[in-house]
Amino acid sequence: MANARAYLLLARMWIRVSMSYRTSFVVLTIGQFLISGLDFVAIVLMFTNIDALGGFSLTEIAFLYGGSTLCLGLADLILGNIERLGRRIRLGTLDAMMVRPVSVYVQMCADEFALRRLGRITQGGLVFAWAVHALDIDWTAARLAMVPYLLVFGTAIFLAIFTMGAAVQFWTADSSELANAFTYGGSTLAQFPMTIYPTEAIKALTFVIPITFVNWYPSLFILDRSDPLGLPGAVRFGGPVVAALLAAMAAGIWRTGIRHYRSTGS
Amino acid sequence: MSMIEVRDVSRSFVLRRRSGRWRRTAHTVHAVSGLSFTVEPGEMVGYIGPNGAGKSTTIKMLTGILVPTGGTLTVAGLTPYVERTQLAQRIGVVFGQRTALWWDLPLRDSYELLQRIYRIPPARYRTNMATFTELLDLAELLDTPVRQLSLGQRMRGDIAAALLHDPDVVYLDEPTIGLDVVSKSKLREFLRQTNRERGLTVILTTHDLHDIEQLCSRVMVIDHGRLVFDGDLAALHAVGGARRTLVVDLSEPTDPITIPGAETVKVEGPRQWLAFPAEASAAPLVAAVAAAHDIADLSILEPDIEDVITRIYTSTPPPG
Repeated sequence: MANARAYLLLARMWIRVSMSYRTSFVVLTIGQFLISGLDFVAIVLMFTNIDALGGFSLTEIAFLYGGSTLCLGLADLILGNIERLGRRIRLGTLDAMMVRPVSVYVQMCADEFALRRLGRITQGGLVFAWAVHALDIDWTAARLAMVPYLLVFGTAIFLAIFTMGAAVQFWTADSSELANAFTYGGSTLAQFPMTIYPTEAIKALTFVIPITFVNWYPSLFILDRSDPLGLPGAVRFGGPVVAALLAAMAAGIWRTGIRHYRSTGS
Repeated sequence: MSMIEVRDVSRSFVLRRRSGRWRRTAHTVHAVSGLSFTVEPGEMVGYIGPNGAGKSTTIKMLTGILVPTGGTLTVAGLTPYVERTQLAQRIGVVFGQRTALWWDLPLRDSYELLQRIYRIPPARYRTNMATFTELLDLAELLDTPVRQLSLGQRMRGDIAAALLHDPDVVYLDEPTIGLDVVSKSKLREFLRQTNRERGLTVILTTHDLHDIEQLCSRVMVIDHGRLVFDGDLAALHAVGGARRTLVVDLSEPTDPITIPGAETVKVEGPRQWLAFPAEASAAPLVAAVAAAHDIADLSILEPDIEDVITRIYTSTPPPG
């Protein structure tokens, strides 16, 4: 509770700072919206020449795209600047966080909280809403419930990956690009149906960096599609388990990282 | 109960160096070894030593940022590296060169945020803000973003931030570095007053012996990770024999000047260096030199920490 309160305090303060440069805030938010939207425009243009990609229609891909973009956007909004940990370690400004009566993790998550990231979320949300509206499927209660399920656990998976990527910087202060490859890169891969990738890649994205649990498996259930890997149907509901596992790993790496920092003083 | 208890604390770092194309050899650096001292509530202690002596390693262990490799320490009854976040409520830290304030925020917003983070009761916050604003001349700075403040202004802002939650102990790292004479004396007056009125325990690291002389009743000198001196100012003068140096440019080269109470330590052409006790006035010495010689120019060098430490070594063997 104390941590949530501290997070909100810090986030609210950064929102106020960004609002004091209102024009710049508006421009940046629209910019994020447009840049993020270009990917989707590319997909739409592609579909003027094709009817399906990997066996998926434009609306189905819009559903995948929207789900992936929303989950990444939400995670990025919540703790996107955690990747600056390495820089703070190099500059020595992490020490100031360590002498405050609030968890360092919470302070890092809320650091320079950027509301402009709503740009990406809005764009992903619009595509997602359009897909939900345009999809010609039978919205049973179970399918409907799967939508928030996808968003919540998909976001949780990205949160954990962001945290792991940042925590690694306790050892290698310059590795933020590596973390970005998994988060932003993973999200881009998940915007498309897995059927367009080789089986080995799908396996890697399921068992190694389980990005498929963000939106692919929940979408297979909602869209009533078969799994190219042929895994049991229960896998489609694996989101919470995967999120919990990743979160536990992330917490472990973070704690070990802090301990490492406190024992090297670097 | 003592405010700070440090018993036989050591801290070593393992550094890995490349020694060949692939091999890396580890070697251990002892940043602090066998450090023991206690600080009572309300004491103002100067913690001095050359760069790399172990000052900031000590401060980092006292704040809980660094875990010691040996020994025990408590601050305000808490073990810093175990109870770091609880301890944060009881201590204030000023990191010298690096601000703990939010770069883009006006000072006032930083303070309001700190009020909430530290859960400072509103009445207490208002009283403290009023006091610090007046004593540290912050009124005109409150609406300025921290990044636009000068070094001296920022230091004042940082000191207020460190004291806002009524800590029991405050660590100040080089609080007067880069400040002009007026700002320095104002800051020292503020620290003296806060120490007196609130019973605040202060640990001060500095390169400026004036800070020590005007603020601290006690001095600890650390060198190569060991405490080489722990005592009051008079004892430091007795052991370290801090001396000031009068540098005179005579109109022409002469033999070394001999004046009682001063020692001519160096002669270079028409320029001579006369060392005299730091607490003595320079005026009679200048008068004595002027009476016998034709002075073209003169200046006075203040004693520096390195000088004092060298003299500590030459007068007594280091303990331990």
